[in-house]
Amino acid sequence: MSTTMDQVVKKAKDSFGPIFDKSLHDLVRGIRSHKDDESKFINEAIDEIKQELKQENMSVKANAVNKLTYLQMLGYDISWSAFNIIEVMSSNKFTFKRIGYLAASQCFHEGTDVLMLTTNMIRKDLNSSSMYEAGLAMSGLSCFINADLARDLANDIMSLLSSTKPYIRKRAVLLLYKVFLNNPDALKPAFPRLREKLEDQDPGVQAAAVNVICELARRNPKNYLSLAPIFFRLMTSSTNNWVLIKIIKLFGALTPLEPRLGKKLIEPLTNLIHSTSAMSLLYECINTVIAVLVSISTGLPNHEASIQLCVQKLRILIEDSDQNLKYLGLLAMSKILQTHPKSVQAHNDLILQCLDDKDESIRLRALGLLSGMVSKKNLMEIVRKLMIHMHKSEGSHYRDELLSKIIGVCSQNDYQYIANFEWYVSILVELTRLEGTKHGGMISLQLLDVAVRVESIRQFACNQMAILLENAHVFILGSNSSSVAEVLYAAAWICGEFSSSLKEPEKTLEAMLNTKITSFPGHIQSVYYQNILKVITHIIISSENGGTVAKDLVSMAITKMSVFLSSGDVEAQERASVVLNILKVVLKLIEKSEFNPNELTVLFDGVLNPVASKAQRKVAIPNGLDLDAWINDPPSESEDETVPSNPYEYSKQGLFSDDQRENYYNASNLSSNTGDNSPRQYTELTSEELDKQRETRKQSEHLNPFYIKETKKSKSTAQTNVSSAILDSSDRSQPAMSKGTIPAGLQLVSSDQLYRQSKIDQENHRLKNKSKADSGSAKKGKKSTRKTDSAAADNVDENLYPAIKVTRGGELPEGATESGNEDNDEEKYVGKNKKYDPHRALNIDLSEPVHVVPPLAPALAVPEPISTVTEQLTTATTKTKKKKKTEKDEKPKSKSKRERTDYKQLSPGDEEDKRVASPTPLQPPAATSTIVETTVPKEKVKKKKPKGKESTTETLTSAPLVRDIMGDDDINPMSSSNQQANEPAIYKSIAESEHLLITSSITPSSSPAQLDVTFLLKNRTSSIINQIDVHVIDSMSSKLLNTTSPNHVSFPSISVFPHAEYYIHIYFAITAISFPQKLKTTLTYTINKPSSENSKETIEFKLDLPCSQYLIKKTIDSNAFADLMSSSTLTSQSHINIPSSSQDFPSILKILCQSYRFTVVDQIASAASLYSESVLGHPIALLLKSSNGIAIDGKSTEMHFLSNLLEEMKNFFK
Amino acid sequence: MIKAILIFNNSAKPRLVKFFEHYPEEVQQRILRDTYQLVSKRDDNVCNFLEGGSILGDNDCRLIYRHYATLYFIFCVDSSESELGILDLIQVFVETLDKCFENVCELDLIFHADKVHYILQEICFGGMVLETNLNEVVARVDEQSKMEKQEAGISAAPAKAMTALKEMNLPQKIKDIKLPDLNLNLRF
Repeated sequence: MSTTMDQVVKKAKDSFGPIFDKSLHDLVRGIRSHKDDESKFINEAIDEIKQELKQENMSVKANAVNKLTYLQMLGYDISWSAFNIIEVMSSNKFTFKRIGYLAASQCFHEGTDVLMLTTNMIRKDLNSSSMYEAGLAMSGLSCFINADLARDLANDIMSLLSSTKPYIRKRAVLLLYKVFLNNPDALKPAFPRLREKLEDQDPGVQAAAVNVICELARRNPKNYLSLAPIFFRLMTSSTNNWVLIKIIKLFGALTPLEPRLGKKLIEPLTNLIHSTSAMSLLYECINTVIAVLVSISTGLPNHEASIQLCVQKLRILIEDSDQNLKYLGLLAMSKILQTHPKSVQAHNDLILQCLDDKDESIRLRALGLLSGMVSKKNLMEIVRKLMIHMHKSEGSHYRDELLSKIIGVCSQNDYQYIANFEWYVSILVELTRLEGTKHGGMISLQLLDVAVRVESIRQFACNQMAILLENAHVFILGSNSSSVAEVLYAAAWICGEFSSSLKEPEKTLEAMLNTKITSFPGHIQSVYYQNILKVITHIIISSENGGTVAKDLVSMAITKMSVFLSSGDVEAQERASVVLNILKVVLKLIEKSEFNPNELTVLFDGVLNPVASKAQRKVAIPNGLDLDAWINDPPSESEDETVPSNPYEYSKQGLFSDDQRENYYNASNLSSNTGDNSPRQYTELTSEELDKQRETRKQSEHLNPFYIKETKKSKSTAQTNVSSAILDSSDRSQPAMSKGTIPAGLQLVSSDQLYRQSKIDQENHRLKNKSKADSGSAKKGKKSTRKTDSAAADNVDENLYPAIKVTRGGELPEGATESGNEDNDEEKYVGKNKKYDPHRALNIDLSEPVHVVPPLAPALAVPEPISTVTEQLTTATTKTKKKKKTEKDEKPKSKSKRERTDYKQLSPGDEEDKRVASPTPLQPPAATSTIVETTVPKEKVKKKKPKGKESTTETLTSAPLVRDIMGDDDINPMSSSNQQANEPAIYKSIAESEHLLITSSITPSSSPAQLDVTFLLKNRTSSIINQIDVHVIDSMSSKLLNTTSPNHVSFPSISVFPHAEYYIHIYFAITAISFPQKLKTTLTYTINKPSSENSKETIEFKLDLPCSQYLIKKTIDSNAFADLMSSSTLTSQSHINIPSSSQDFPSILKILCQSYRFTVVDQIASAASLYSESVLGHPIALLLKSSNGIAIDGKSTEMHFLSNLLEEMKNFFK
Repeated sequence: MIKAILIFNNSAKPRLVKFFEHYPEEVQQRILRDTYQLVSKRDDNVCNFLEGGSILGDNDCRLIYRHYATLYFIFCVDSSESELGILDLIQVFVETLDKCFENVCELDLIFHADKVHYILQEICFGGMVLETNLNEVVARVDEQSKMEKQEAGISAAPAKAMTALKEMNLPQKIKDIKLPDLNLNLRF
């Protein structure tokens, strides 16, 4: 049957031709039937698809693209087909368009370079008469919108906001969010429109607007505080739970900024909590109430009641059988816990109950809550329960989590809650019996820390540790993956360091010597050897008849120690060798009766104190030490790979490094170990050095008797055999025991025992106090009893938990204090590695009136009639108060602009320079007049003007005139001039051909005495232009830099796509600034015509370098300015006069600041002093006076420069 | 914000991959694998929320998922979304699929991955919730399908015949996704 069917299909295919190329259906089926050679099948399929894409037939193409979308899901990169996808997107048929847009939304992203070709097509689709086509375009855009599209299409999207169809309005509103992210400048003018949509008649549109504003406000809440009343109204009126949830969540973010809002919210929120039946809404209400209560520090009247309500409701959630509600209940509980631990502690039982839950996420949540719930009173109880859980629990992950929680809970705030350290030590020892934990190192560190910090516990700890050491073999037998053996590190060290507290030091020593130490990791071995010596020293000193005991002891130790010389770890081996040789010397001295035990104690003199965690950072850097300088030459790139790139890897290694653990149970192998250490080698060695090192190492290998060579392997194994034989015999002498447990017969103190003891103590105390209180109440009457009871309870606390001295904090270098300014290294690290957050650029104060209307589309290059500009200017500057506002306004904008530019650099192709201003910067009003004189291509004006104009006026009228209450009355010219530092570059058209339009901008480079000239090339053709080459003839005072050949800079990697723009940069070194220059420049380029051969074209033009371009924006303190003026350094003077008719004072001032890069030093009503410097560092001071025209007096050190500059100004203002 | 929506089956085969931020294909596949690792080992009777940790690069990520028959539906969201709300949204999504495919099963998703995308486009937009009303979504999807059919017109008739022919070869479709009873408390 199926064969005949196949034949039919085949026949049909043959007769219908290309329409029946493999469909998506066939592809999927094919993949499913080729399970074994899937990738081969897919690769064949891709080849077929490539063929199909070459065909003219749109349906074939669309089908191919549809298949590609499917393959993309399977992980195949389909970005190579981007152009074909665009072809399909541009089809007239909805079916194909849909396929194209889907493919684009799956594989395009803001870095996709063909996106620049799509602008007009998408614009057409956005404005399509079919709402589904517009919808397609919008949902596609939401996925791949980039800065250029956001800028170019912002107007179209804005106009969709007033579409009659909610289907479109909804999407347009949501799409605006993406537009803002990619083009922060659009936010401010578009915001009033967006806000209107909060009150759209369609609930879906309303919800979308709420959604967008919530997303915006979440990142920059303070800018949206003014919307609180609208949201408040929505919250009390809306019945849409989606909207309510969003609003309530938003309020949660706003309340920390405005406590008054919180107070207002409590009531409606409580009402909602009582009334709603939707759990999701209830839960969010509780969350926000918690946030409100956290933010209000001063108590509300029914503050306690709200908390109680929340906790009660949460309890209901937690008790619910629905696991989801349980989980969320615990999550919210943990938020309450931070501020109202008491309220949560009341539900102790419930939370402990959750530890038994079958769901691990719930158990972990409950565990998280515990740490906040402990007190001195209940710590032992809680930990005991955790211990029980640990024994019951399955799954090492949860058990490890429990373990670290126990340690965390106990050790928090320097063991604040621990009343009984003996109990804690025994808990730690019990934890070591846990199989397969990965927290051995943690337990070990805790033991060390407790022993060091709590003096009174040392004896107890010491003897417990001694028992561990006597049973060290248990840890060897333990499972290989376990890191519990790490605890021996602590055990050995504690026993050695505090050996005076050991009950039976001889026994401990014997245990240490008899252990098969060499099978432990190197660092544990090292500690063992070192501490064996300490214990020996202690025994010798404390024994009465020193001589004979010492001799026996030392000779015994020497025989045992020699075994350890075969250790596989370099450091351990070295230590063993040192200890052995010390012992040999001691033995020699004893034999000669010249031995003085005190000589040995000197080795371990002094007390080891804990070091504060911040101590290292507090150490002042000595003079002359540069920590950033390389000691050796920096390693080359290739070498870098061997150095772990992640700095955390180092910190992780720390005490218990991983590589050592790997060698743990492996055969000891010296060479593998040195290999492991090599990545830490920072210094780069030349090959000669390496050879030399190799030679010396070979020699030392020969000389070193302990070096295990391949040929002598048998000998070394024999040696180990002997040692293991000894150990085996000692092992056998002990009773057989179960794996991983310590025999109960040994006097390890059980924590349970201690726990019970403490309970008894507590009970006794209670009884005692009760009797006391009883006798008291007999006298004082009933009322006071309660008081005394609580007081007595406090007393119980005091008596029950005697203060145990814990050395908190740690040692710091002299003069440093714990509370010194925090070092936020970590923060810096995070900051540096954090992904660029586009929301930072959206931190725009929306309550500021829109004075300068930033046009949305590239239409902003269109010159506005001067009259309107000046009009705006007058309104902006007549009142000083207002002026302040405008400048304030500009600040965030210019900032965001810079960030955008930084961001842009990440996109490919923009490698030429990092200092480019964004392609269509905002033109401050005064600067627009500069542009007026430049010739903007007419067609551009025609095309863009209507739209740009329309939106501009629209936004102007809809802009609210909100007065800034925060505005300062006094004006500080200094700060305002600072804020203009990042003014946008001004592009002037300098040359054009039929193919290319060149505009340029000149800015002083960041390096001294350099100018940075940016050309913006706009491709007017529909072919790609590349092989761009710039030739500039050097003049006396300027020289082209970064040339590829003399006087040439070529840009081989740049291709300017059809109708696209591209920036290129050239730099000039400036040696003199006296005269303006015109540099003869030739730009050659190649046009790649698809049809015919490529043609090479040339444009010649003069690059104008007027004197004003030599200025750098420099701010100067008004005092320094006064000093400068009074000193006689500014020898040259010049003067011009501008007739009053042409310009008024403030606009001239603005122009001087913006296009001439002057800064205002001081300003009164009709006079101002300005300052700037040339790229060569010549100071220029200007004095502006407004009286019957405007007089400008200039002072500088450079005569010609000054006069040329003033001349230029004069011509400009004419 | 919803950062990603993933659908895969019990053996980690992707059925729908939608990221609302760009990740290269290999990263997408890694995220798929990591998510599968996290989700697949969980029992069906445990809670539907998971800390996503750094699965998507930054730390503000939670996985909210539902398991229906052979398929996992996973939404990766940040802290601005309501957990229970998203859980409901998944339900809406699945119900829509059920309506549009008439008793949806895994095979429908396998062979009509594009259609699943189109349905999703009516529910989610750029990582934000667009529409939660089941009937509205179904109506819009149907209208668009109708447009496609009209466009196809006569020219598509042979193609339809072809699919019909091919369909005959398909193993019987298994209609196996059963929608659990809805928790009415959670419904909007």
